[in-house]
Amino acid sequence: MAAIIPEIAVEEVQGGVPHVHGDPARRRMPRLRAWRGVVLVLAGAYFLLPLYAGLRFSFQNDVGRWSTYAVAAIPHQTGFMAAFYLSLRLAAVTTVLTMVLMVPTATYVHLKLPKMRRVLDFVTILPIVIPPIVLILGVLHAAPLWLRASPYLLSLAYVILALPFVYRSLDAGLSAIDLKTLVEASRSLGGKWISTLRHVILPNLRAAILSATVLTIALVLGEFTMASLDLWTTLPVWIYQFSQLDAHIATAVSMLSLIGTWVLLTVIVSVDRSQSRRTRRRTGTL
Amino acid sequence: MPETSVETKTVGAQVDLDSLVRVFGQTRALDGFSISIEPGEFVALLGPSGCGKTTALRVLAGFERLDNGRVVVDGKDLGSVSAQRRDMGMVFQSYSLFPNMNALTNVAYGLRMRRQRTHQRRKKAAELLDLVGLADQASKYPHQMSGGQQQRIALARALAIEPRVLLLDEPLSALDAKVRAELRDQIRSLQQRLSITTVFVTHDQEEALSMADRVCVMSKGRNEQTATPAVLYARPATSFVAEFVGVSSRVPVERSGSDVLVFGQRCPVRGVSDTSGVLEGADALLRPEDVAIDVDPSGKGFVTHRSFLGATTRLIVQVGEVPVRVDVRSETAAELDLGTHVNVKVISRDVLVAPRLTRTDTPAA
Repeated sequence: MAAIIPEIAVEEVQGGVPHVHGDPARRRMPRLRAWRGVVLVLAGAYFLLPLYAGLRFSFQNDVGRWSTYAVAAIPHQTGFMAAFYLSLRLAAVTTVLTMVLMVPTATYVHLKLPKMRRVLDFVTILPIVIPPIVLILGVLHAAPLWLRASPYLLSLAYVILALPFVYRSLDAGLSAIDLKTLVEASRSLGGKWISTLRHVILPNLRAAILSATVLTIALVLGEFTMASLDLWTTLPVWIYQFSQLDAHIATAVSMLSLIGTWVLLTVIVSVDRSQSRRTRRRTGTL
Repeated sequence: MPETSVETKTVGAQVDLDSLVRVFGQTRALDGFSISIEPGEFVALLGPSGCGKTTALRVLAGFERLDNGRVVVDGKDLGSVSAQRRDMGMVFQSYSLFPNMNALTNVAYGLRMRRQRTHQRRKKAAELLDLVGLADQASKYPHQMSGGQQQRIALARALAIEPRVLLLDEPLSALDAKVRAELRDQIRSLQQRLSITTVFVTHDQEEALSMADRVCVMSKGRNEQTATPAVLYARPATSFVAEFVGVSSRVPVERSGSDVLVFGQRCPVRGVSDTSGVLEGADALLRPEDVAIDVDPSGKGFVTHRSFLGATTRLIVQVGEVPVRVDVRSETAAELDLGTHVNVKVISRDVLVAPRLTRTDTPAA
C-alpha cells in the first residue's frame, strides 16, 4: 500500500511507468533524520554509558547492592582532603599565572605585532604535541632545588599545558572586538595603558577569560602524569593510589570530581550572566 | 539640535603641522605635509584613498610617530607628548563606543580618567548627552543604538574632556545618506557653538565643501591646496585640485594668442599653477555649469547619457572623442532623447586650463 506523502504525487506517464515527482530534498529528509538519530544515540551511548557505569559503581557495595557508603566515606579517607585542597590551590595559582601571562601578551600581539599571531599560534600548540612526561622530566632537571621542593613547580608546568586552550580562547575574544579602535579611543580620552586594560579590554574579554579559566581549572583538576612524577599527591594521583585499596570510593571521587567541575562551570557562567544583567540594570553608574 | 541651558566652554587651539614626513616601507604616506589651522577653525582634509589624510590626523593625535617634521599646538611642540596627554578628542570612523559601558558612562569616561568626582562627571556627561540630543539614551548600551546615535555619543564623549582640538576621522562614512546629512549639520552647528579647532578627514567632497571653513586637498602625502570651498572650486591651484574638486570635463584646446579656442570659441584663460603659462599641449577643464547646449541637427555633439539630479539633469555629450558633461534644467532635458545632435558652447567668463595628460598620467579620482 503506498504511503501518503504530502506534496508528492504519483502519476502514470506514457508507457504506464509510475513517475514520482516532488522536491528531492524533501524526499531525503526522513532518511537524514533517521541517520542523525542513530549518530546521536551512538554518541550519547559512548559518553553516557561509562558515566552511568561509574555512577552505579559508586553507589554499590562489595556485594553489588545499592549503598551510599562509598560516597559518605570520602571525606574520612586518609589524604583525601589534603589532595583535594592541593589540587584546588594548584588550579587557582595556575589560572592566575596563565591569565597574568597571556592576557597582556595576547593583547599586545593583537595590537602591535599582528604578524606574530601565527607564530604564537604555533608556539602555543606545542604543549599538545609534547608528551607531559617529557615536559615534567625536563622541568624537574632544570628547576632549582628550592622550586623542586614546592608543589607550585607543577603550576608552572600546568601553565605550559594550558597555553593551547587559553591562547585560543583569548585570541577569539580579542578578534571579536575592534581592539585597536577601542584602545585608541581610551588613550585619546586620557586613559593610560593600565586604565585601558582595566576599564576597556578586560571587561570586553570577560567571556573569553571565563572560558579560559574553566578550561584551565578542568585541566589542572584532571592532570595525573606530571603530578605523579613530581611526587605530589593531587586529587587524580590520590584517586589512582586509593583505587588499589577501595575501587568504589576511588570511583565515587572521580564521579564527584567530574560533577563538581560541571557545577563549577555552571556557577561561573551563571555568575557572569547575572553580573551582566545587574550591570545593564544599573543606570548611570560611573 | 535642542538648545541646552548649559554651554560647554571650549577654547580652540592654534595647530601647525610643519613638513611632516611619515614613511611605511616603500610608501611615503606623508611627504612634507604642512598646514596651519587657526583657533576655532574647521578644516577638512580631503583627498582620495591613500593620500595621507588619515595618517596626518593620526600623527596629530599621537597615534603615529613622525619620521620628520613637527606638530605644534599653541606654540608647543608635541613630538614627545604621548597621545593620552595631548588633550585632543577624537571620533573614529568605526564605532568606537566601549561596548561594556552605557551611553552616560561612555561620555564620562574621559572625565573619569581625569579623576573628576562622580557627581561632577555624571552631571557633565548628562549635559553633553543633552547637547547632542540624546539625553533619553543615557542608559542604553552601544548595541542598542543606531549608527548615527553611536557617533553622536562618540562626539559627546570627545567633547567631554574639553579638548583643544577635535579630530574627526571620516565619522560619517559608515552611515546611510540621510543620517549622514543630518549628522553633518549637527557636527558643524556644535563646532560653531563651541568654537573648537576641528580637523575633519573625509574623501567625500560634498561633506568637506559644505562643512569646512577651509579645505585642504591632499595628494600623495602633500598639501595640494588649502583654501575656502568657494576659492577651491573656482580657483584650483593645480590640475589635481581642479579635477578632484567638483566635476569637470577635459577638452583639448588650441592656442589663440593669450586665449584658447574651445569648441571653436575664443575664451580667456584662468590657468592652474602647473601650466606655468604654457598653453601649447593644454586642456580646458570645463565644469558642467560652464557650458550650455543648443539643439542643432547638424551639431558636432550628440547626447549619449542622462542622469536625473532633481532640478537639473546632467547630460554627457560626445563631441568627437571628448565626452562633455553639461547640466541643464530637467524640464529641458526631458525633451532631449539620447542621440540628439547639439552644439556645445562655453558660457563662463573664462576657462580653467591645465597641462594635457600624457598616457602615463592618471587623472584625479
